[in-house]
Amino acid sequence: MSNTLNNSLLTLDARTKKRNAAETRFRVYGIAAIGAGLAMLILLLLTIFGNGLGAFQQTFVTLNVPLLEEKLDKNSTRNLEKIKKVSTFGYAPLLKQAMEDTLAENGIETDLKSKKQAALLSKSAAAQLRNYVLANPDMIGATVEFTFLANARVDGYLKDRVTRESIADDKNINAAQLDLVDALLAAEVIEQRFNLSFITGADASDQRPEAAGMGVSMLGSFFMMLVVLALALPIGVAASIYLEEFAPKNWITDIIEVNISNLAAVPSIVFGILGLAVFINSMHLPQSAPLVGGLVLTLMTLPTIIISTRASLKSVPPSIRDAALGVGASKMQSVFHHVLPLAAPGILTGTIIGLAQALGETAPLLLIGMIGFIASNAPDSVASGFLDPNSAMPAQIYEWAKRADPAFYERAWGGIIILLVFLITMNTIAVILRRRFERRW
Amino acid sequence: MKDRLMDTIKISAKDVQVYYADNHAIKDVNVEIEDKTVTAFIGPSGCGKSTFLRCLNRMNDTIDICRVEGDILIDGEDIYDRRVDPVQLRAKVGMVFQKPNPFPKSIYDNVAYGPRIHGLARAKSDLDEIVEMSLRKAAIWDEVKDRLDAPGTGLSGGQQQRLCIARAVATAPEVLLMDEPCSALDPIATAQVEELIDELRQNFAVVIVTHSMQQAARVSQKTAFFHLGNLVEYGDTNQIFTKPSDPRTESYITGRIG
Amino acid sequence: MSVFWLTLAVFLIALLGTFAGYRRAFSVVAGDVRKLHSLPKYYGSFVGFTVLIPSLLMLILWLVVPPLEQVSTQFRMFLVLGLAVLLMVLAISRITPDFRARNAVELVVLGLLIAAASLAILTTIGIVLSMLFETRNFFGLYSWKDFFFGLKWAPNFRGDSELSILPLLWGTIYISLIALLVSVPIGLFAAIYLSEYAGPKTRGVAKPLLEILAGIPTIVYGLFALLTVGPLLLRTFGSGGLLGVDWMTGATAVLTAGLVMGIMLIPFVSSLSDDIINAVPQAMRDGSLGLGATKSETIRQVVIPAALPGIIGAILLAASRAIGETMIVVLGAGALAKFSLDPLEAMTTITTRIVSQLTGDGDFASPETLVAFALGLTLFVLTLGLNVIALYIVRTYREQYE
Repeated sequence: MSNTLNNSLLTLDARTKKRNAAETRFRVYGIAAIGAGLAMLILLLLTIFGNGLGAFQQTFVTLNVPLLEEKLDKNSTRNLEKIKKVSTFGYAPLLKQAMEDTLAENGIETDLKSKKQAALLSKSAAAQLRNYVLANPDMIGATVEFTFLANARVDGYLKDRVTRESIADDKNINAAQLDLVDALLAAEVIEQRFNLSFITGADASDQRPEAAGMGVSMLGSFFMMLVVLALALPIGVAASIYLEEFAPKNWITDIIEVNISNLAAVPSIVFGILGLAVFINSMHLPQSAPLVGGLVLTLMTLPTIIISTRASLKSVPPSIRDAALGVGASKMQSVFHHVLPLAAPGILTGTIIGLAQALGETAPLLLIGMIGFIASNAPDSVASGFLDPNSAMPAQIYEWAKRADPAFYERAWGGIIILLVFLITMNTIAVILRRRFERRW
Repeated sequence: MKDRLMDTIKISAKDVQVYYADNHAIKDVNVEIEDKTVTAFIGPSGCGKSTFLRCLNRMNDTIDICRVEGDILIDGEDIYDRRVDPVQLRAKVGMVFQKPNPFPKSIYDNVAYGPRIHGLARAKSDLDEIVEMSLRKAAIWDEVKDRLDAPGTGLSGGQQQRLCIARAVATAPEVLLMDEPCSALDPIATAQVEELIDELRQNFAVVIVTHSMQQAARVSQKTAFFHLGNLVEYGDTNQIFTKPSDPRTESYITGRIG
Repeated sequence: MSVFWLTLAVFLIALLGTFAGYRRAFSVVAGDVRKLHSLPKYYGSFVGFTVLIPSLLMLILWLVVPPLEQVSTQFRMFLVLGLAVLLMVLAISRITPDFRARNAVELVVLGLLIAAASLAILTTIGIVLSMLFETRNFFGLYSWKDFFFGLKWAPNFRGDSELSILPLLWGTIYISLIALLVSVPIGLFAAIYLSEYAGPKTRGVAKPLLEILAGIPTIVYGLFALLTVGPLLLRTFGSGGLLGVDWMTGATAVLTAGLVMGIMLIPFVSSLSDDIINAVPQAMRDGSLGLGATKSETIRQVVIPAALPGIIGAILLAASRAIGETMIVVLGAGALAKFSLDPLEAMTTITTRIVSQLTGDGDFASPETLVAFALGLTLFVLTLGLNVIALYIVRTYREQYE
């Protein structure tokens, strides 16, 4: 009995100690792995919110603008056609004037030329002014208080994205202008406010990051999701019912099943190629249209919905089917009257999760032209919502990420926050549905 | 009677209580298990015999909600003492399970697994020797000696169970716990394993949980009857089966409960 | 009449027919529905389906295969609507008390169900055909040998491009490899800890949290690579960086994309492995623990070897995900096609080139654009192969323990 193991149980032998140390090490690896995963999640969320929340705050400049008659309507006709002839260039002097007046009012002195002063405003200010005048021609001659977007550089200065060091080579802004910003800030002419138009507004050209918003691309996503819901849900449920309830066990069924599980793992970009080749090049559907995006995403989401629907159909016990058949219902009736309603919550949950997946998908949209397109106008009817070129939320985010001005990065992160809010809402609804209606047979 | 005098107490349990969450599964069990003896635990299903068996090598530790109170001493040492490492304990108290559960490895590696993790062999030749000896003890050597590299899962049910016994024997335990080792086997394999259990008695204290009273009568010298978490009666197998002292034991043996 | 209104009209006729069929069913038995074979609503649906399906099929056929040019849309309207009305009258006339309307309707519904299930096959065929067709055009313009075995990727929209897949394949594989190096150990250990060590509480918290990573859209990871991880690496390895070395010149690099893709794949690997590890029977663990093995010894020497085929399947699925991933590499990997071992250099992948070749303003008949379809087809075959193998392995693995 030289065996070390035959010693007392109350003392650990050296080997056991070593093995226990290995055990502890192994456990630490596991904790470290989970820690690493969670740390990544936290880092990702911190990055998103740290960079993106700024997009919901925007810098505004409040000015009293004299709507000078001699500039806007020389002959005092108030004829709308005539007033329309004055382009945004014609409004620029008014803005310069308003800026100078405001500076004088607040006793701010600066060496800057009035053009440089007015450059603190967004390039969209003149258009905003013009739109107002065209809508209210009666106000010509009066002095009206306007709240303009500040230029993205000014906005960045207030958000510490633009600093005095970083603008050394910047043609758009100089140190003297920043001094002016400081002064106007003290005079409360410039202030930061919640930026509703980021959520509701349209995209803007790459000269005006301060004016860019998610609203129109949100509509694009909305119409795409309508298409996906209208097609993927009925087709997915029908396919699942067939495979789960009616399909004979033969090689054709096998092929369909293998096919579906493989389609679920096909890279999404391949669906984009399919969409480009079939829907746009062969069927000549319009490019960049939410309808096409919706069709592509439908094909992509179908396998997911089929897989989850089949799981919920499978969870309905056979006894329910037998009961229905037993009272003389046909197979079809037993499925549609009994099995399907019982599986409905599960199907709905799966559909919502599938929709959430489709909502965040970007790659196939790149190929059907939903990128590189400035979604500046909201669709004016339901038909144009489906057929007119539009962007989609993830496509809009990608578009902003590619632009040169870092002011757009903030927009991109902000767009991600909006996208995540949608996704979180959808997934929460799915979880609640599952909890609420989950049935244990 | 001569054997009797040689016997010593190997395991002694005092006032053992086991709880699964709020469920009191084992109540006040006191038992002394002798060395070099086959002790059978019998009783209807759910009576706690397997639970109690698993307490003897602390396999219940792997179940989170399980709680054990009272003392279980092996060679006078409390196995639930905080200083005891279940790993060392289980090397000393081996276990064979209800269903044969060979690892998805070769026959050789299955048997060598225990000695390897416990560091029982210094050289390959030592290990070879342990493997051969264990397989011989488990009465399966002749059947597998030519295919030690074949997967253990490829053997028949009875062979698999004997392989598992060999695997347990290979760590040189002092006690062998068997949890219904024949329940998944056919009658011929059962007979082989029963024969083997009788031989194992030479070297170990064997504790076997069984469903079958005939099996208990065939293989054991001592029998404990469990009912609803209580140890109703414990004594010589002959006595339990011929003149039980407790009416519940009698009812069970005559087939009125169970 | 536009397609939209025509479709609507067909639906209206069908609706009308449904209602008429319903009434007709009542009238043929003089209101005593017990004499009917089926419920009246089945007679209604029978008429509805009889109108709807052939008329719509006719319309679709017209759209897909345009007839001779002279034929006006006027004619199309008469044809489709005429067919619809004719079918309605015919269907209504067939309604008798003995007519088995329910069986007929159920047969139609079954047909629709089968059609829905076949859409999956149709999609696959569509994918293969659409790419095969354009790929053939591409190989008409560009030698397939140069595509598969050339060494250079240098598209030039004025012609004379060199379009070999090999440098792209190398970039794809390199980035996927880094992604797997990150995700497999972390995902696997996380799965092991969650399934073997963690209590129900830890599991209940950590598992859904990790799965959030899987629910985040890839565009977010792309942005994370481009704007956060890339600059971070550049500040570490770039000139004037933390390490004082000058190994990295731009934020987009193999490592940037690989790391971020690895993060994305962590929950994918961990939830697949979790399922697979849980499929290993408890008896196997008990056997090992009963011999006095520690938990980690049991896991390393019994559970993992038993689960190995399943885990390999999971890794293959993750690899297929990595190879087909687009947004992270489009934003994080760069655009340079080259053979290099330096993970800090920008490199490009098959998916990024598909995007760039198809989003430019290139002529659709030029090899520079058509090459995207050949790339797409290769990507499809590659991922499909991995998936088929992986799903097969996982399925046989599961069956083994069922």
